[in-house]
Amino acid sequence: MKKQSNDVFFQFNAVIICLIIMMYAVSIFFGGHYTPGGGFVGGLLFSSAVIIIGIAFDTKTLKKMFPFDFKLVTATGLFFCVLTPILSWTYNKTFFTHKFGEFHLPIFGEIHWHTAMLFDLGVLLAVVGTSITIILAIGENE
Amino acid sequence: MTLMHIMILLPLIFAIIIPVLYRFYNGIHLGWFVLPIPVIIFSYFMSYINVPDSDKPFIVTWDFMPRLGMNFSIHLDGLSILFASLITGIGALVVLYSISYLSKQEALGNFYCYLLMFMGAMLGVVLSDNLLMLYLFWELTSISSFLLIAYWREKEASIYGAQKSLIITVFGGLMLLGGFICLSLAGNSWSITSLIQNADTIQSSPFFIFAMVLVLIGAMTKSAQFPFHIWLPDAMEAPTPVSAYLHSATMVKAGIYLVARTTPIFAVSAGFIWTVTAIGLITLIWASFNAVKQQDLKGILAFSTVSQLGMIMSMLGIGAVSYHYSGEESQLFLASIIAAVFHLINHATFKGALFMVTGTIDHEVGTRDIKKLGGLMTIMPISCTFTIITALSMAGVPPFNGFLSKELFLTAMFDAHHADIFSLATLGYLLPIVALIGSIFTFVYSFKYVHEVFFGKYKPDALPKKAHEAPFMMLLPTGILTALVIIFGLFPNILSHTIIAPAVRAIAPFASEPEVHISYWHGITPALIGTIIVFVVGFLLFKSVDKWNKIYQFHPEHLTFNYYYDRGIDLSSYLSNKITQSYMTGFIRTYLIYIFAFFIIMTALTLFTHPVQIAFDNISEIRPYEVILMGLILVSTFCIVLSKSRLFSIIMLAAVGYSVALFFVFFGAPDLALTQLSIETISTALFLLCFYHLPKMNRHDENRKFKIGNFLISICVGIAVIAIGLIAYGNRHFDSISKYYIDNVYDLAAGKNMVNVILVDFRGFDTLFESAVLGIAGLGIYTLIKLRDKDKNKDGGEEHEETI
Repeated sequence: MKKQSNDVFFQFNAVIICLIIMMYAVSIFFGGHYTPGGGFVGGLLFSSAVIIIGIAFDTKTLKKMFPFDFKLVTATGLFFCVLTPILSWTYNKTFFTHKFGEFHLPIFGEIHWHTAMLFDLGVLLAVVGTSITIILAIGENE
Repeated sequence: MTLMHIMILLPLIFAIIIPVLYRFYNGIHLGWFVLPIPVIIFSYFMSYINVPDSDKPFIVTWDFMPRLGMNFSIHLDGLSILFASLITGIGALVVLYSISYLSKQEALGNFYCYLLMFMGAMLGVVLSDNLLMLYLFWELTSISSFLLIAYWREKEASIYGAQKSLIITVFGGLMLLGGFICLSLAGNSWSITSLIQNADTIQSSPFFIFAMVLVLIGAMTKSAQFPFHIWLPDAMEAPTPVSAYLHSATMVKAGIYLVARTTPIFAVSAGFIWTVTAIGLITLIWASFNAVKQQDLKGILAFSTVSQLGMIMSMLGIGAVSYHYSGEESQLFLASIIAAVFHLINHATFKGALFMVTGTIDHEVGTRDIKKLGGLMTIMPISCTFTIITALSMAGVPPFNGFLSKELFLTAMFDAHHADIFSLATLGYLLPIVALIGSIFTFVYSFKYVHEVFFGKYKPDALPKKAHEAPFMMLLPTGILTALVIIFGLFPNILSHTIIAPAVRAIAPFASEPEVHISYWHGITPALIGTIIVFVVGFLLFKSVDKWNKIYQFHPEHLTFNYYYDRGIDLSSYLSNKITQSYMTGFIRTYLIYIFAFFIIMTALTLFTHPVQIAFDNISEIRPYEVILMGLILVSTFCIVLSKSRLFSIIMLAAVGYSVALFFVFFGAPDLALTQLSIETISTALFLLCFYHLPKMNRHDENRKFKIGNFLISICVGIAVIAIGLIAYGNRHFDSISKYYIDNVYDLAAGKNMVNVILVDFRGFDTLFESAVLGIAGLGIYTLIKLRDKDKNKDGGEEHEETI
């Protein structure tokens, strides 16, 4: 990814494909508890969406499109991963019993919320942060 | 979680908040924000002071990992209240002192973060009822004290001292963990209370002796007992408030706490009694002897602390004898425990004050070297008064509190020979002699300290700063401690029933009710005569110190433990370098050969020693598209092996990966297929990125021998993998675990996707640490690449890639 490539078709399509993959990643992440998917796969898909941008354009454009410090994203993910099991202490349960008595709380009709989702979100962020950090580190290294 | 748990965790919580606060706000000295924390905790624990008087043990539990036996339960009795009040009480004074000692230019955020972390860890140590929890906090004290000692990290000596203390205390900590595991195996519980109740079973267990030795090593390293004492003098490189706090009042007393806490379990053993007593006395005599020759004020105090800790240790050792007696005779030895507890408090007061005075002198005059100091009495009259009072207390001069506990100590040592067990009746006569010699040297260095600093000739030219009296804020905490020295000396019994008696009951629950009554006059006792001998001989030695201090020069350098410690550190770094260099060649293929060879050998060995049958029955039929996939995988593998182009091999590798993903699809594992697909995509992209930067591959360099070797290894690995797969399939000794998950996945976790539920719930702990590993790996790769860039820029581009 040293120099900007000029493949207009690829670049134009990459943006659309990236968006589609991201939507798919989000849907797979949220559905993870009931259908195949979850934080890990969601995270991987998310990173592959980012990578497509990287391949089609270059790292500079990638950084402009996703202006996050991905090391910080990893840290946030790990923070969620640790915080969620600790949450269970606040209602006097043992470590990692984040679900007991908490599931099936309808907020809007059919939607349920689940503390496992927070944990899964942590995994997702950790995966995204780590893979993009590695890829950016290698890609920027000339 | 109860209020008491919050109180223990409060310093740890603030340890996180304080540095953040410091970043945004540094108008007022940070210490003022920290000060309320120990004060609040102190007053909270003071409100529980009458709790240990009730018959039932006071235990608050909070289960957080019950399967592991790791519960945060708090055991509140006399001993823990005594220590908790020392930690928070002295802690508050130290924070107050540090406000004027450390200027706002220092990295205060770090300092108070470490200090609070330490305070919380220490509270955890003395209040935990669970051994695992105690161990966790125990190691946290080691780490936080390491950070505190290395606080002035630009100084070489700080780093050396911090490293030394960490190595020694963590070594002890690991021993302690072993000891705790032995204890829990013997007593079948992690709770100290129930272990003490089951002391009989533990004593008959084969683990008893291991548990005792290991726990004692842990306690001895932490309390700087001979021969582990060498770290404490070097730890004096820490800022003085830290020395006053960690190295006089709290951390070094953790070992004493542990010995006291486990006395009810171990007291049955002669080994325990003799080890604790003997090591304590050796430490007392050796450290007090060495304290006299120190040239640094803090050095004197460090050795003095070591010797005083030894003294308390030896009293606990003799006190444990009371386990073997009852009634009147038991009281005789119980007096030793009373003396130990009383001296513990007294030592915290006078040594804390002395450290603060030393810090004050250092701060106002600019040096701690006694050769440069002298004649400060008229310039620093208030500090001088405080020092004289506290130093006299340390020397054991009436009417201060040190005298009372020193006399109780001598009484205990003189009484030791009354026991007709464990050869105390004969060897016991040695104890008072050793104790007297130790006390004489204590007297000498206490007097020397005062004399060298405040009397003699004032040498203004030698001092870096112009001397003047310390500011009020610095004198206040010292003054409070000095006042306590006087109050506890004049009215010793104000502590008897509130603090000392419950603590003694906690250390010796086997004995009858302790009769704590401390008084000045016992009649003409051996102890009184001993005290008079100490004063007379001590004064004579002090006067003639210039004549006899040449004997210190006869002590050869290569016979000290410090010397061997340094040699050991050098040797270990040399050896590890040698060993590492012998197998780290820098070629990835060498490492891969190690890994594969190990794998092949282990598999072959296991197959030879445990022959297993490979069952071919019950194998499902092979469907046509599986054959096609198989063919695809084989073809692409051969392409990788034979290809000349790097890009082509990467794409073929991806083809293998995608075909495996298709296998998952056919076998009905959509989760695995999804993961495999995305992993394959990302790793291919990564490979493409990596190889883009590599130089052109050249395969013609490899000779035939090398190729055959690789070929053999890869064939063997393939056979081993196939063998393992077939064996794993053919040998099913247990029912599959999947039944449990299928049954419970909805009821217990409200999920329908089993894989995800296992990941986030049933085996969430694994996932938690896997994510951590992932994060660490990512950061590792990031730093490696970034650091290599830096190196490249420095020495003009060195190509490592060619070796891959």
